[in-house]
Amino acid sequence: MTIPGHPGAEAAYDGNLMAGPLSELFALDVTVAVVRCRGCGASSEVATLRVYGPEPGLVGRCPGCDDVLLRVVRTPDAVWLDLGGVTSLRVPAPRVPLEEDVDRSAQT
Amino acid sequence: MARAAVPGGLSARRAWRDATLVERRPETDSAVTLVLDVDGWPGHLPGQHVDVRLTAPDGYTATRSYSVSAPEHGDRVELTIQRVPDGEVSTFLADGLAVGDAVRLRGPVGGWFVWRPGQAGPVLLVAGGSGIVPLMAMLRARVAGSPPFRLVYSVREPDDVIYRDELAAIAATDDVEVRLVHTRRAPEGAARPAGRLQGTDLLTATGWDGGDPPTCYVCGPTGFVESAADLLVGLGHAADRIRTERFGPSGP
Repeated sequence: MTIPGHPGAEAAYDGNLMAGPLSELFALDVTVAVVRCRGCGASSEVATLRVYGPEPGLVGRCPGCDDVLLRVVRTPDAVWLDLGGVTSLRVPAPRVPLEEDVDRSAQT
Repeated sequence: MARAAVPGGLSARRAWRDATLVERRPETDSAVTLVLDVDGWPGHLPGQHVDVRLTAPDGYTATRSYSVSAPEHGDRVELTIQRVPDGEVSTFLADGLAVGDAVRLRGPVGGWFVWRPGQAGPVLLVAGGSGIVPLMAMLRARVAGSPPFRLVYSVREPDDVIYRDELAAIAATDDVEVRLVHTRRAPEGAARPAGRLQGTDLLTATGWDGGDPPTCYVCGPTGFVESAADLLVGLGHAADRIRTERFGPSGP
């Protein structure tokens, strides 16, 4: 038997799968956010986390050290978020000029 | 001029909407495309997903995330569903949902594994099995003047190719190179014997204009994505130009 969220099994998903559940909580898209792992200090985009689930909830592990970074569970009347493995969360926010207006060649 | 980076206002993306099935299109023995009509759909980018929620008569609900397989087109949202063993939601969507039936749908979600039409630079798409689905949305979103694309698509055997006819038509155009990789059984007379994806499969036949490095999008089962991403890094692709999406434990 496989225990959900147990690191012995290969993660079936990645942090892209957290986009929907996290959209209920955050005003911005958190899958592009960078989280820092409390265990090993590595910074990772949420989309790149190793994710186990989907039931009973999503468990996101650090791609560097496999520690649990965050867990999201949707119950009938609540969204339960555990950020215990994360020391910081940096979420890119809109700015002006917009990305599509920036001449990329001018950045180099 | 001001546009949200991701389509749909915040509350629009969070709302659950009724999505009515208007067309069902078989793709392979195990995959079917569902065309849904979603009232007030805010639009989406290629590579984004939607969450689909089913509710049983006893109140039990199950929610799953699916990639959109076609670019924004009014209130139409296309999903391609691959049946998975013991997949209660995928099996119902693939076999149980009839034209006229409705499900609940939320989105679009996800802003990381997306290709923005107008984004600079060539694009290398690497698909394993039904990992082709979000990459097909990117291919279909190309317009005149879009950068060159290359698709490397790994399947077990010829009958597993989703969007077969459309991919053949796309491959015949100048701007897109399509290479099929068969892992278990190759078609009669194929130059490449059946076998797992290798670094040489990822080399372009024509080269990219001016040595411009491509943005790579890799989608498939976890094992496939890990090995394809390692091959790309081994070929010199910068890790920050490789975007990955993993959706399951079993590989082609």
